[in-house]
Amino acid sequence: MSRTFLGLPRTLRRPDDAGADQPFGPVPHPQEPLRWGDDFPAAAKQTLKNDQLRRNLGHATQVIRTKRAAVVGEVPDWEALRDAGSAVKQQVMAQLPDLLQQLEENVVARGGVVHWARDAAEANRIVADIAKAKGADEVVKVKSMATQEIGLNEALADEGIAAIETDLAELIVQLADDMPSHILVPAIHRNRSEIRDIFLARMGDAPPDLSDVPRELAMAARAHLRRKFLSAKVAVSGANFAVADTGTLAVVESEGNGRMCLTLPETLVTVMGIEKLVPTFDDLEVFLQLLPRSSTGERMNPYTSMWSGVTPGDGPQEFHLVLLDNGRTDVLADEVGRSALHCIRCSACLNVCPVYERVGGHAYGSVYPGPIGAILTPQLTASTGGVSGHHDPNASLPYASTLCGACYEACPVKIDIPSILVDLRAREVDADRSSRGVDPWKTAMKAASWVMADGDRFALAGRAATLGSGLGGRDHAVSVAPPPASAWTKARDLPAPPQQTFRQWWQAEHENEEGAR
Amino acid sequence: MSGARTEVLARVRAALGQTGSGTTPSGKVGTAPHPEPVPRAYRAAGEHAVGSPEVLEQLVDRLVDYKAHVHQVATDALPATVAALVAELSGPARDVPGARPDRPVRVVVPDGLDDAWLAALPADVDVVRDSRERPLAATELDAVAAVVTAARVAISETGTIVLDGEPDQGRRAISLVPDVHLCVVRADQVVQTVPEAVRLLGEHPDRPLTWISGPSATSDIELDRVEGVHGPRTLHVLLVG
Repeated sequence: MSRTFLGLPRTLRRPDDAGADQPFGPVPHPQEPLRWGDDFPAAAKQTLKNDQLRRNLGHATQVIRTKRAAVVGEVPDWEALRDAGSAVKQQVMAQLPDLLQQLEENVVARGGVVHWARDAAEANRIVADIAKAKGADEVVKVKSMATQEIGLNEALADEGIAAIETDLAELIVQLADDMPSHILVPAIHRNRSEIRDIFLARMGDAPPDLSDVPRELAMAARAHLRRKFLSAKVAVSGANFAVADTGTLAVVESEGNGRMCLTLPETLVTVMGIEKLVPTFDDLEVFLQLLPRSSTGERMNPYTSMWSGVTPGDGPQEFHLVLLDNGRTDVLADEVGRSALHCIRCSACLNVCPVYERVGGHAYGSVYPGPIGAILTPQLTASTGGVSGHHDPNASLPYASTLCGACYEACPVKIDIPSILVDLRAREVDADRSSRGVDPWKTAMKAASWVMADGDRFALAGRAATLGSGLGGRDHAVSVAPPPASAWTKARDLPAPPQQTFRQWWQAEHENEEGAR
Repeated sequence: MSGARTEVLARVRAALGQTGSGTTPSGKVGTAPHPEPVPRAYRAAGEHAVGSPEVLEQLVDRLVDYKAHVHQVATDALPATVAALVAELSGPARDVPGARPDRPVRVVVPDGLDDAWLAALPADVDVVRDSRERPLAATELDAVAAVVTAARVAISETGTIVLDGEPDQGRRAISLVPDVHLCVVRADQVVQTVPEAVRLLGEHPDRPLTWISGPSATSDIELDRVEGVHGPRTLHVLLVG
């Protein structure tokens, strides 16, 4: 059966399928953080069975949608800020070689060291070597999508270095031996009582009478991490923005764990995708308005740290910046898809997506879930078949959408996610077309066009279809149909055909009227 | 290493359709983009003047919304207010590291802080000075009850205070590790919008900046906001003038 016939790719199982029945992990950690588990339709079918997950997600996304709408509504020039944000990012992409070199020059001039990494393995190697050179067997980490994407924690563990996640949600995910399911709130799939159970079972120093009140849980995390912060020698972070003309890096956060990591250890390593640049310091005035309101629904996040190289006597005295490609140049080469690189990782598109809200982040099989993940993940993995790969689960991701357009409306930098999804679907179909002998979709279309080309043939076909009117249940829907229609009904209902065609109905209604045929 | 640099830059050029640069990893050569010029139709400044009653009122509203404590004080009343807030720290009910009934309250200040602000502190308060030249260790800061700093600029629309590490604001660590932060903001430092503050801070972009909007907080558990995590759990803003 062709996938194009369905509009949905067929099921492909992968060996590293997660054990989803456990109350919490271990979930087998994927070899590839951008490609794990089943393809989307199969993975979604699994996660949809989890009522708890859907309740947790439904509640959380509704809360954040309301908050975001309120704080966005009070900004009179919101649309002008979106226009500026989008245009700045277009400029960044167009001038990327120059801006990267300018950033490098300025970071080095202010005492930093700049490294370049072609892929995940190279970036991980650089970070591990720095930690080893410092004699550190432990590093503290600020929540970072880039380091998730390259599987840094696992790579460091292989070298005998423990990476300690210090963001509360990342800590929950790490303690549960789980995978993140949201860009901003990685533990969004967990409710408070699950989190209490995870802390009691895995934290080691959680108070035995710990309740499930969020404040108490947060205080347990504070106590747990305090000693780590005060003694850590090496910290690893990502970056929200890097300013080319000043060499300034910015990290936006809430809890103060970011400040702890960026300030207290002697050595700081920042891993950053090459697309995270802005040309000038003044450009921050756009993004520091767009990001907090879009992501946490706050007017401003509690803490933002900015630093340029090394400040003698204040903060880390050794600073390394790792500039990461890892598939980004493949995205940049795509005329339509390149705007996926404009993403500032706010996660507003996840929170408004009707598909994400129901299936959750794990169904996307990538550290980038939701609408942005559906366009970013396939493109980032293009060199290994992510867009056009015949058996690649990532090629199914562009179908993880109803194309309702809510993500485009919410995106602070106006990434036209629906158009990119359609383009990626077309490419997946094209790749498939050339690889098959008989194409059932084409055959069906040809047959349909022959039928529809002639009024009598069409009427005959209509009358033939009414023979199936008895197939529907009480809701007049066919939920299980024989092949080949079963391919359709696996994912959705088929409306049962009516007992008469429109032509038959018209004839009956107008029998006695003059001129009726 | 330099191999990676050369290759990543070549890939970027190839992705942008610059010929002679090879291809991207998946063998592509892209097209040159035609970016639109950046439209800057957004507000470069607010409608209210710096330090005007309107922006002060808005700042207070936003800070209170984030569960910061705001004290509007006249310049000559500032020392007494600082003293009163520090005196609160010695109360036995306070869950503050370093605040023990049997020991004096310890307060850290950057060595460039205006001494007059501390003039009314009770004699048994132990004031420790910190500087880039003579920094306190993180563990020492952990045993301090509170920190007093000045600020560089405040933004009323977002309830944000920015510190830029100058001698009256100190190293980043001193406003982070102690559990209580007393931050003195002058009325004439309060701007309405983010762009106004960014333009001001852009005069010294090399300074380490800390943007603070209320006490530390998390929404990681069911998106329920909890104030006070790793950074100071209590933020007092003393708005002067």
